[in-house]
Amino acid sequence: MPEKILEVENLDVSFDGQNVLENINFNLDKGDVLAVIGPNGAGKSVLFRALLGLIPYSGKISWQAGLKIGYVPQKLAIERGLPITVVEFLGLKSPIKENMLQALSSVGINTGPEQEHHLEHHILNRRMGLLSGGELQRVLIAWSLVDNPDILLFDEPTAGIDIGGEETIYNLLHELQDKRNLTIILISHDLNVVYRYANSVICLNKQQVCFGEPHSVLNPDELSSLYGGEAKFYHHEHKNNDHTQKPD
Amino acid sequence: MEINYLQILSGVFVGLASGYLGSFMVLKRMALVGDALSHVALPGVALGLLFNFNPLFGAFATLFVGIIGIWFIEYKTELPAESVVGLFFTFALAVGLLLTPEEELLEALFGDISTISSVDALLAVLLSLVVLLIMRSISRGFILGTISKDLAKASGVKVARQNLVFMALVAIIVAVGIKSVGTLLMGALVIIPAIASKNIASGMARYNWTSAIIGLVSLVGGVLLANYLNLAPGPIVVLTSAAIFIVTLAFKK
Repeated sequence: MPEKILEVENLDVSFDGQNVLENINFNLDKGDVLAVIGPNGAGKSVLFRALLGLIPYSGKISWQAGLKIGYVPQKLAIERGLPITVVEFLGLKSPIKENMLQALSSVGINTGPEQEHHLEHHILNRRMGLLSGGELQRVLIAWSLVDNPDILLFDEPTAGIDIGGEETIYNLLHELQDKRNLTIILISHDLNVVYRYANSVICLNKQQVCFGEPHSVLNPDELSSLYGGEAKFYHHEHKNNDHTQKPD
Repeated sequence: MEINYLQILSGVFVGLASGYLGSFMVLKRMALVGDALSHVALPGVALGLLFNFNPLFGAFATLFVGIIGIWFIEYKTELPAESVVGLFFTFALAVGLLLTPEEELLEALFGDISTISSVDALLAVLLSLVVLLIMRSISRGFILGTISKDLAKASGVKVARQNLVFMALVAIIVAVGIKSVGTLLMGALVIIPAIASKNIASGMARYNWTSAIIGLVSLVGGVLLANYLNLAPGPIVVLTSAAIFIVTLAFKK
């Protein structure tokens, strides 16, 4: 019997009286990889923020007690002049060097003894603001891993990472899931990723369009109702306004 | 030359604390907030002078009212903090200028550490220590919050509460620093050491502490120099820190 670690019931989130998420229901077992998919503005990141308790919501979100949650935001604008170095940034979470090195090597930054010079000068003691987009993304992922979380919330993990890097990140996801039975929730635009790595998927478009195993719920009908929903809405608006032009 | 040890003692602590706290204000792009806030102290200083109580306490009172007001209006209206501060500081400066007795105006505006009493010096030392210790204890969450509010909140940092504590620390350091450099020049004591340090320090911890040291050197060096030249200490302190800033430009990383 799998261990349930998250239960979401009748979750609603609204900003200024407008619903951005409506009636979301799903649950998550230990070791699951849940993918959240949906068009832009569907409320995917909002769902994350609600799960993390960053925004007010109504309904029920219950995490198993004592879980440690790691969170990787979609992007982070680090001011170039900010004096903080990578080692100081990781140290804000865990001052143990061993953990930092482990987390960095997990995200494909080589931490072996022959790499010591490179690691010290070009990663650890480098200012965060001087990292390239891909390096920053890796460091952020390392940040989420450094205190050995039980569950990872991953907002678009491939944004800003080159192809080689992308492979490493997904290999990492796979590894973490297999070796440590880490539970992962990830937002992704990439359906390939969903098929390859997720064992369940939730489709959002303000409401919950589907929830289940990728191969059974991601059929053409569901996908068109998910990604086509926006176009229909658009069309409808135009009819009301008595415009004759057609949406493209 | 006669050296007043009370001045030096309070200078050491106020310099350290304002440099250290200032480094966080600059990180948060709040440098001018501290400058503007110091003007909010003026009506309090004036009340102290008028009714014969220690102007330091008057400064505290108006600063705290100002800070709670700024925090509250910012929270209620979502106007940017700097605009709200702009409202408060011009308002307070106007009230302060009307209230301050004319013969005391110069001291209220530019400070005069040469008249420091032992009570003032003791208060300056104690309050500076409080600022240093509290800032150090919230620095982890504070730095995280400057990088990303979400990341900080997700790591359990109470961002709103922490901002209020931070503003309170700013109020304390401004009130304490007014005796040394006055309400008009207080901004220099928190801004200049921090940006000078930013020029030369690599790494967050070094940046914070280099700023503290530069604050100390500016304040103590400035006071000694002013004694020697027989000039008003406030402006000389500011010029000293500005000179240090110019030197750091040559070593900019």
